[in-house]
Amino acid sequence: MVTTPLLPSDYLDLVSPLRAGADLRGRIEAVHPETDDAATIVIRPGRGWRGHTAGQYVRIGVDVDGVRLWRAYSLTSPTHRRDGRVTITVKAIPDGKVSNHLVRRARPGTLIQLDQPTGDFVLPPAKPAKVLYLTAGSGITPVMGMLRDTRFDDVVMVHCAPRPQDVIFRDELHGLVGEKKLRLTEVHTDTDGMLDIARLDELVPDWTERETWACGPAGLLDAAEKQWSEYGVPERLHTERFRPSVVVAGDGGEVTFSATGRTAAADGATPLLDVGEEAGVLMPSGCRMGICFGCITPLKSGAVRDLRTGEITEAEPGVLIQTCVSAAAGPCDIER
Amino acid sequence: MTAIDPTAHLTAEQIEELGRELDAIRDEVIAGRGEKDAAYIRKVISAQRKLELVSRGVLLFSIFPPAWLLGTAGLSVAKIMDNMEIGHNVLHGQWDWMRDPKIHSTTWEWDHVSPSDQWKHSHNELHHTYTNVIGKDNDLGYGIMRVDEDQKWHPMHLGQPLWNFINACFFEYGIAAYDLELGKNLSKRRRKNPEFRARAKAVGRKIRKQVLKDYVIHPLLSGPSFLPTLGATFTANLVRNIWSHSVIMCGHFPEGVQVFERRSIKGETRGQWYLRQMMGSANISGSKAMHFMTGNLSHQIEHHLFPDLPSNRYAEVAVKVRALFEKYELEYVTGPLPKQVFSAWRKVFRLSLPNKKPGVRTPDRERELVAA
Repeated sequence: MVTTPLLPSDYLDLVSPLRAGADLRGRIEAVHPETDDAATIVIRPGRGWRGHTAGQYVRIGVDVDGVRLWRAYSLTSPTHRRDGRVTITVKAIPDGKVSNHLVRRARPGTLIQLDQPTGDFVLPPAKPAKVLYLTAGSGITPVMGMLRDTRFDDVVMVHCAPRPQDVIFRDELHGLVGEKKLRLTEVHTDTDGMLDIARLDELVPDWTERETWACGPAGLLDAAEKQWSEYGVPERLHTERFRPSVVVAGDGGEVTFSATGRTAAADGATPLLDVGEEAGVLMPSGCRMGICFGCITPLKSGAVRDLRTGEITEAEPGVLIQTCVSAAAGPCDIER
Repeated sequence: MTAIDPTAHLTAEQIEELGRELDAIRDEVIAGRGEKDAAYIRKVISAQRKLELVSRGVLLFSIFPPAWLLGTAGLSVAKIMDNMEIGHNVLHGQWDWMRDPKIHSTTWEWDHVSPSDQWKHSHNELHHTYTNVIGKDNDLGYGIMRVDEDQKWHPMHLGQPLWNFINACFFEYGIAAYDLELGKNLSKRRRKNPEFRARAKAVGRKIRKQVLKDYVIHPLLSGPSFLPTLGATFTANLVRNIWSHSVIMCGHFPEGVQVFERRSIKGETRGQWYLRQMMGSANISGSKAMHFMTGNLSHQIEHHLFPDLPSNRYAEVAVKVRALFEKYELEYVTGPLPKQVFSAWRKVFRLSLPNKKPGVRTPDRERELVAA
């Protein structure tokens, strides 16, 4: 009542955005380059952070060019860092808005939005006798969180990267090898070619006896799942797939109205408002010309094209579109 | 529909070309929207909140006259910022592109008795779509005044200078009633409409909260300063109301602004829609501080052309828009605040009386004399 129509938190956020009870946020405290295109971001999470389990990931919301974008990154820090900080390690992917921003432009002091950590690609409560980590590229990141968190007696790692200098955490890994805490095989795909899972025997003869965590591109994981099944040990294999949302923007497509369960075919020129109304969906509407924002609706998946500017908007959590000036750019799902 | 149509010299092709040129201006701003704009609105919001906090803090001691003056001035400015540069513009969806759920047209609530969703409907949708169309746009005199010769005169209009003054003092309540379409909905049958009742209830709730905050809780918190704080919040609301009423009256009421007939917008093209916005709006000239305090509604013409562009961009857009006015030989109605306010009030007074001769409008020469 004292602060209506705002909440007291709106004022408290001005002075203490990381306090207990605030929406979960974090502050970037440092950015350490790892390779030419990867960096580790040190984050001080707000008081509401519940902590993570090694191998989990966190969704973060970063403002890039003024627009808040959300992405998921594996946590690479051990679970109980003394200073309470956590790290993510990000590899800049071509045209990746958030990854390039974090690796090349993020500055200490910046506030970011955080979700609680999640994911079931984690170590079991009971220690396995033998462990294999099978990783490629940035697939090493969740595994690094595990390696730094829990020491096992017998750990083998097979990691693929194009060249030696592309191996993220290379110095640290070699340090562990030097201390005999890890046996490491690096596969440099530029010179060695892709790893052939069928010939894993040659690198790790006892792989069927090992509890295995694998993370990398879909091709590698598909092959691993097949192999582990064929050898009758699928329960030994734990995989984590990064799913970069690849939306191919086309011209029109099937529109799903997920709240009402209706679908309709849409061309690339008809506003989604009209498509919905034609399909008998109760669509909120207003000016029908893009000025009143009375028709905005969540875009759950797919992509739409702004009929005025041609701009493509892809689905992301929290993305709302103006249905009166947006047309389907490929299949999409509208929450109506 | 005016006696002398100021756009009569334009061909249909020219009007469409004008539309394309305006679209290009819009696209350019959208392509360039970014970090700086986001930082701007965050800074304004943070400044507004700090100013309000400090002012209310000072008012706890408003039993001392200097504290009263300082706190009242600060709170008035904070309330104006909340309504104008922040509330009005956020509710237009101008900052939705940031995807920040806290600065978004769907979540924003303002320090005002009209709930944002009702205001968004009557303002964004009705007023901005049907700008200055008689019978469609109730902003044309807010349904209680006659502000154009082409509107029918009724003896009730004799009192409109008084209504307008009262409306200015209690503007936020006027807007709440307006958003509810109270006049139309008070008939026995309409009053019972469940949809109307729900909306009226929402307004009631909002009023209760606002009044409780400004006139009960904060004065109570001030203890011995109860009465001075009460007076201070009342004054701040009054200042904010008169200020926003004046600014808003300058948007469409000054002499030289055109109105349109319902049938003129049938099958309107994008170019024609733009042209109607250009001819139906008026600006206020002045300093950066003036533009800021009006919520950039001093750039009313640009705002009506591009209601969803971030307000901090209207100043740069105005240069290009004005060039188009010149290119197409159209009148860009603008002037300093006192002149525009005077012009609007003059119209309110003049049109409280029936037209001197039916269909005859104020001659242009007389308008120039007023301007001079």
